[in-house]
Amino acid sequence: MKNFSGNVLFLDRSDINTDEIIPAKYLTENSKQALKPYFLEDIWLEGFNARRDVEDKNIIITRANFGCGSSREHAPWAIEVNNIHLVIAESFARIFRQNMFNCGMMAVELPARTIDGIFKDFAHRETYLETDLDKGVFTITADGQHAEIPFSISNFDRALITTGGWVDYADSKY
Amino acid sequence: MGKTIAEKIFDAHSVDNPADDIHVIRLDAVFCHEITTPLAIHDLVNRGKDRVFDPDKIKVVIDHVSPAKDSKTAMQGKILREWSRRHNIRDFFDIGRNGVCHAIFPEKGFVRPGSTVIMGDSHTCTHGAFGAFAAGVGTTDLEVGILKGVCAFRYPSTIKINISGPLPEGVYAKDVILSVIRLLGVNGATNKVIEFTGPVIDAMSMESRMTLCNMAIEAGGTSGICSPDRVTIEYLWDFIKDEYASKEEALEDAGRFLSDADAQYDRVIEHDVSSLEPLVTYGYKPDQVKPVREMESIQVDQVYIGSCTNGRIEDLRVVAQVLRGKKISDSVRGVVSPATTQVYRQAMAEGVLKIFLDAGFCVTNPTCGACLGMSNGVLAEGEVCASTTNRNFNGRMGKGGMVHLVSPATAAATAISGFIANSELYKG
Repeated sequence: MKNFSGNVLFLDRSDINTDEIIPAKYLTENSKQALKPYFLEDIWLEGFNARRDVEDKNIIITRANFGCGSSREHAPWAIEVNNIHLVIAESFARIFRQNMFNCGMMAVELPARTIDGIFKDFAHRETYLETDLDKGVFTITADGQHAEIPFSISNFDRALITTGGWVDYADSKY
Repeated sequence: MGKTIAEKIFDAHSVDNPADDIHVIRLDAVFCHEITTPLAIHDLVNRGKDRVFDPDKIKVVIDHVSPAKDSKTAMQGKILREWSRRHNIRDFFDIGRNGVCHAIFPEKGFVRPGSTVIMGDSHTCTHGAFGAFAAGVGTTDLEVGILKGVCAFRYPSTIKINISGPLPEGVYAKDVILSVIRLLGVNGATNKVIEFTGPVIDAMSMESRMTLCNMAIEAGGTSGICSPDRVTIEYLWDFIKDEYASKEEALEDAGRFLSDADAQYDRVIEHDVSSLEPLVTYGYKPDQVKPVREMESIQVDQVYIGSCTNGRIEDLRVVAQVLRGKKISDSVRGVVSPATTQVYRQAMAEGVLKIFLDAGFCVTNPTCGACLGMSNGVLAEGEVCASTTNRNFNGRMGKGGMVHLVSPATAAATAISGFIANSELYKG
């Protein structure tokens, strides 16, 4: 199973689409690793610099409808090859969310109010998030400040991240 | 309690219910193109599972960058070509016989009322126009679809949009769907099926219904869906005539997949389009929509006509009707990409292509190309394009470019004017 703890990258906007996560012109690459430098290249977000801001981050916290638009699994792959395995958002586009779990990664939804609170308390500084999958708790820490936030994922999603993804699951079962 | 079309299709295809409301369903068709399929093939080979569940249910096209523009896109085509040959996939459409996936597959009669379809392409929702459940998926879901012929979805919850009219002159299916997206917002239908019903839909051609269902994803919808009716049967008749004694019998059979009067919907929206105006997007989200008359000061560098949304023969005829006998503005580059080889041939036979050429348009081969900034009409930084495609995302048609989504009629008028324009000004 992948690691779901680490440093947080805050993307303070709703409706970030998969063209912004990885532009279509890079979909001609035939390896996931090749996508790494182009991650978030076309994001429309004031003051954001992908080369500077993505480094050493392992988790994305963002707003509503993350991953909308194109079905490209290159979006989760671009996230994965940048060592990010968990995205936390108010909501996700269906295909993106499914792609994350199919790849053994997590896309976790939290209520808008909780996301708002996290942005208010943590977005402006270095933040670390620890995931306890068994208890279903995220622990967020920055400069001594500390918050525990409960979350849940479905049994099906849990099965996908613990059994190595949808291909093995489906091939053994159907 | 009654059921919706989508629920009836799920019930008829259910294989498993592994958890909660997750249902694994049997697939009637798995569609493939060269952008999202090669990495699925690569993974299957690496896992020692280079198999397909049924070569007759897998349909393959090279469409996104056709002809190949460089070595990398050539390799994607090569991988798909060799894989199709290796697995005896007979329905493989290469350059010269190809077309944009969501235009060519319906044209070949591959989508039937009540069937289930997936593809590694978000606009797969288009095929719901035939009364099918059709959903875009990622490469892993596609891979499992290829291997096992199944896919997992949440049991469908449906938003019904009852569209009443009549549709005014100069207003088209594209304007209707832009108005629906404006109404729902870009995530208003996430995890939902959008069922389009009502007298305006009943009067629409299959092409127009495909335009509607095509953009269900822009409101987050899993699939668009229309009730199969006489129009559906007429469109499919050449492909199904051996299966039924008469059109009436085919219609009755398709009737198994109609929503019941007492079906339960997530929401029912009454949408009156009788005073709808031609619409256009502004900004970078497809729910940012204004009437054309409020955008007439916007100058454009390029007009693009084509794509799985609006590159079918009906669309090209509408454009030709506006363009006939006129020239496009000197400041505009006009690019038209007929969506399939058949559309291209038909447009040639009807004199439509000549009208395009006489007006100053460049007619390209069928391809997805410019719609996603791949080839055949990519924008330079700071350029503006009025486009009949489906996404106005930041950078979509080229880094730093601005895309305004419009109907084919509005695109034609805009090409003549050089500014976003209402087609009613140029008709006749």
